[in-house]
Amino acid sequence: MDLKNLYREVILDHNKNPRNTGALPPPALIAQGHNPLCGDQLIISCKVHDDRLDEVRFEGTGCAISTASASLMTEAVKGKTVAEIEDLYNAVHHLLTHAQSEAPAALGKLAALSGVAEYPARVKCATLAWHTLRQALSGENSTIKTE
Amino acid sequence: MNISELRHTMRARRADFPILDSTINGKPLVYLDNGASTQRPLAVVEAERHYALTTHANVHRGVHTLSQRATDAYEGARERVRRFINARSSDEVIFTKGTTESINLIAQTFGRLLTAGDEIVISHLEHHANIVPWQMLRESHGVILKVIPMTERGELDLNAAAALITERTKLLAVTMISNALGTIVPVHDLIRMARAKGVPVLLDAAQAIGHQPIDVQALDCDFLAFSAHKLYGPDGLGVLYGKRDRLNALPPWQGGGDMILSVSFEKTIYNELPYRLEAGTPHMSGAVGLAAAIDYVEGLGFERILPWEQHLLALATQRLSAIPKLRILGTAARKASVLSFVIDGIHPHDIGTILNEEGVAIRTGHHCAQPAIDYFKVPATARASFAFYNTEDEVEALAVAIEKTIALFE
Repeated sequence: MDLKNLYREVILDHNKNPRNTGALPPPALIAQGHNPLCGDQLIISCKVHDDRLDEVRFEGTGCAISTASASLMTEAVKGKTVAEIEDLYNAVHHLLTHAQSEAPAALGKLAALSGVAEYPARVKCATLAWHTLRQALSGENSTIKTE
Repeated sequence: MNISELRHTMRARRADFPILDSTINGKPLVYLDNGASTQRPLAVVEAERHYALTTHANVHRGVHTLSQRATDAYEGARERVRRFINARSSDEVIFTKGTTESINLIAQTFGRLLTAGDEIVISHLEHHANIVPWQMLRESHGVILKVIPMTERGELDLNAAAALITERTKLLAVTMISNALGTIVPVHDLIRMARAKGVPVLLDAAQAIGHQPIDVQALDCDFLAFSAHKLYGPDGLGVLYGKRDRLNALPPWQGGGDMILSVSFEKTIYNELPYRLEAGTPHMSGAVGLAAAIDYVEGLGFERILPWEQHLLALATQRLSAIPKLRILGTAARKASVLSFVIDGIHPHDIGTILNEEGVAIRTGHHCAQPAIDYFKVPATARASFAFYNTEDEVEALAVAIEKTIALFE
């Protein structure tokens, strides 16, 4: 295993300078994600108009993988429909849990997370933002946990 | 023994722990997660194997030879524990699953006799195992939980403790060594305060048991809990020590075989100590392993273990303190060989992953002591914890791996 494969430039960059941080003013769909094992806390707020995600922001504390994954996700999902986001989630989940799988071109920068599959203990760090976003989109404002 | 003799002695001891020869990610294993669990020497593995191959049957049951042998081995282990902690009598030694179960046993027996408004005093440094059982008692019995506060250095505020321990206190339950920060708690002072008010004391010795000699009579504690796997012994076994009068005053805990003298559907007569508190078939091979672990530790001697671990702690503290951006949490005057730290801008989980890539095993997270970590307003820490078999080279390997981590994130 090569650390540079996990901590790629893109990941380190998004960890240091996360995009789309903060909280959207109400009315917004909001969900809180919590990883009790790591202590990661994440709040995602988003606005959906005509089934399309107009805006999304995140705030919280987490490791580099969790922060970069959240940051990359916000860039990737903006402007997509809820169904497209679900497809993207499935593709990301496959990428994170299947080592050596070829990242589909549709994933774009999210492909930088492929190294996570070599570190099973870290998969939950990368999926926390996605689970939280899906929770927010479901309209049920609540806390979700990954462990 | 001077440091150079200790260095030689401890290095030779590594041969007793084959797992220390492992490679992880192509690098020699540097095992610095001893606070979570220590490794087992061959003597312990062999003792358990010998038990399984020559001795095993159920204890206290059969008239046949193996049952007698197993009983002798199991009761022999109890006597070995008694000598190790200097209990008055071996029936004051109760075998449990571990420290957590030992504390829960007290909470669910001693605690059952408490009523609303009774107070239990714990400290800010406690492991969740010495917090949650008392919170459960708060919910079920309305007892009041009071917490001895800690200071910026990770020490307990003894003046506050003196004010918290009163005639209303029914139990003082404190750790001897903080697993998260390494603080050695001045339990003698706390016990003196408790004695003055007639308050019984439960000591959580989970971290302390492998790092210092413990004499329950000299301590004059009422209960003491520890786990075998933090004393170079097997997992799944622990001990609850209690003064005989205290144990006899406890209502029965789990019901079942071994804890009874006779059972009819109308009435059950409970057994004597220690069996009264050990329902069901116990972990016999584990007890035999623990006895072997005690032999091993006493053979080496705390007079060697302690100064070497303190030497490693001092070396690591000095080396890590010199790393920019690194901050050590827990700077008590008296510490066991535990070093908790954070690095500006790098989450402990990333530190743990990168260190593992270098073969260095440390713990990251809240160490099951969230309040003690929350105090420092961090979500988690990285923790290196040293055992006698660790070396100065391993301290250096830790420091170099940390420097690599920082470089990667720059």
